[in-house]
Amino acid sequence: MNKLELISALKKEADISKSEAAKIVQIFFDSMSEALINQERIEIRGLCSFFVKNYKSYVGRNPKTGEKVLINPKRLPFFKCGKELRERVNK
Amino acid sequence: MHVAQVAPKVSNEIGLTNKKSIETVDNIIEIIKSTLESGEDVLFSGFGEFSILEKNVRKGRNPATGNDMMLPARKVVNFKCSGNLRERISRKD
Repeated sequence: MNKLELISALKKEADISKSEAAKIVQIFFDSMSEALINQERIEIRGLCSFFVKNYKSYVGRNPKTGEKVLINPKRLPFFKCGKELRERVNK
Repeated sequence: MHVAQVAPKVSNEIGLTNKKSIETVDNIIEIIKSTLESGEDVLFSGFGEFSILEKNVRKGRNPATGNDMMLPARKVVNFKCSGNLRERISRKD
């Protein structure tokens, strides 16, 4: 399923227009992206939660050549599956 | 961020009632859950991709008791962040 298919499914489910559905989906994902960019934790009960981890700069190695490379500081989002989703996927 | 913060934005920007806004946000979450439940991956450009990974049976150990045990085959949900979003998260200071 991609964003367009989600919009169609929402249009049908909520009985709203396609443009409304598109905007709502956009608001939903923009809110999550913004929160992550601000390093906020996201919690969507039953679905998942996200948090952002901070990494300092470190010296890594290119696994192919064994060369040392300096890795710049970075932040990565981490995903944790919600309980309800985990149970439903395993049903 | 909490889901409860999304619905007010929906009612402000689109003019749906509060109740309807909460419902539509719940609808999105339910659609995502049932799609993953059916085994289908969910892909949102600019945000990321949720996919189902199949894990095989493996031998594990109860960390509290030290007993050996078999962990059953199971499915887990995996998330891969879009490159674009990852850069935006890293860049902001």
